[in-house]
Amino acid sequence: MDLITPGLGLVFWSVITFLILLLVLKKFAWKPILGAVDERETGIKNALEAADKARKEMENLKADNERILNEARAEREAMLKDARDIKNKMVSDAKEEAQQQATKMITQAQEAIENEKRSAMAELKNHVASLSIEIAEKVVRQELGNKDKQLELVESMLSDAKLN
Amino acid sequence: MCTFARNLEQGIFKLFIMTLNTLRAVLFLVFSVAVTNFGFASQDNEDQDKGFNAKEMIMHHVKDAHEFHIVDWDNKPISIPLPIILFTDNGLTTFMSSEFHHDDSGTHIVEKNGERFVKYHEKIYQLESGVDTLTFDEELHPTNAKLPLDFSITKNVFMMWVSVLVILLIFISAASKYKKSNNFMPRGIASFVEPLVVFIRDEVAIPMIGEKKYRRYMPFLLSVFFFIWVNNIFGLIPILNGANVSGNIAFTVSLAFFTFIITSFSGNKNYWKHIFWMPGVPVPMKIFLMPIEIVGMFVKPISLTIRLFANITAGHIIILSLMSLIFIFESVAIAPVSVGFSLFILIIEIVVTAIQAYIFTVLSALYIGTATEEEHH
Repeated sequence: MDLITPGLGLVFWSVITFLILLLVLKKFAWKPILGAVDERETGIKNALEAADKARKEMENLKADNERILNEARAEREAMLKDARDIKNKMVSDAKEEAQQQATKMITQAQEAIENEKRSAMAELKNHVASLSIEIAEKVVRQELGNKDKQLELVESMLSDAKLN
Repeated sequence: MCTFARNLEQGIFKLFIMTLNTLRAVLFLVFSVAVTNFGFASQDNEDQDKGFNAKEMIMHHVKDAHEFHIVDWDNKPISIPLPIILFTDNGLTTFMSSEFHHDDSGTHIVEKNGERFVKYHEKIYQLESGVDTLTFDEELHPTNAKLPLDFSITKNVFMMWVSVLVILLIFISAASKYKKSNNFMPRGIASFVEPLVVFIRDEVAIPMIGEKKYRRYMPFLLSVFFFIWVNNIFGLIPILNGANVSGNIAFTVSLAFFTFIITSFSGNKNYWKHIFWMPGVPVPMKIFLMPIEIVGMFVKPISLTIRLFANITAGHIIILSLMSLIFIFESVAIAPVSVGFSLFILIIEIVVTAIQAYIFTVLSALYIGTATEEEHH
């Protein structure tokens, strides 16, 4: 029975001792220990959050960079294409113009040649005509020096005309 | 889902403890029956050969004492005298326990301030005037002496204070480690203490009381856990004569009293409503439940008291019983068996020291948790 009857003295000392232990530990042990643990945990939490934030920012930055790079690349591509188009256009334009010019020049040249030819022909004709007349004059003068021969000529001419 | 997992985990843990307790109970039963039989047998023969009395020896070790008895050497007891503090009708009387000259049979009379005291079965009696020897009734209770209020520094009080010194030394030096280190990293003893403190916070306080309110109760839970644990461990150290502080019902009732006070004072409207006028049930049921809940309010701390007391005392009794077998059989051959079994139980007891401290703390936290729980629909 003694074993299960709480002794008043021990109850008294237990209560007093535990109360003092509780108060002393609360002030000098639990407060600093729990404070330090809390402080460290919030520190770790903050650090993790900051790292997460930094990582996200980094990702954003990276995405931005990628985007800018892509844009730049596209722009370059477009510029190159434009340049190429312009070049091609210029070349073709120049070619066309040259063609036209050439055609024009050729036509002009042909016209000039035709004119020259025509005038040359006319001159030649005139020349030939006068030459022929001169020759004819000389021939006629020579031929018609003797009467027989004049008659013979008239004769042949008349026969020719008959044949016609 | 998370709560389910936790419940399951707790369930498994409880099952483990129940199994362990059942094992202990069975062993306790077997050996206590064996030992008490032998004990009574030897008690019967006591008159003839003054043989070994296992029951007396065990009870002597398990119960509190007024002097710190270490060992008998050459038939003379070597012990540390402790102060005896008594409140009699005439006021305070103090003297050292050595004045009884190790007498526990009520024959040696100590006279102080005209009052005469004897010590009988670790109780101090004040003899009535004119009486020189104690007389007993048939139940062996003294009839001609009365019990003064005894506030002596007994063996248990002394060991409790030693444990307090050890606890203060460990935790205050641990706390000071944080001040020295920058960025609050635990070093030295703090790295041993911190996981335990964090365990109590994360596995006991937060799940039982809740994230919002646990902070207020942390000092109590931590103090009670380490106070019980260190005293449990001290109880197992043989050279300290197994001062059975945490296996003394006075000690456990004191700690349970703290839990009761804290639970009652932090109980919110919701808690009291659940005790006196249970919501959500018909009126006859409310009336029926009220006395049950009121009894339950007191049963909780009582169960805490008895659980700790019985577990620790049972452990001590088992170990001592096993050791007693050597002297009961008066044979060296039984010694290896005894020592082997005691070692086995001792190892279980080492686990039990932590488990019982943990259970006391968890249940205290649970009671506080139910008292501070917010109303939910």
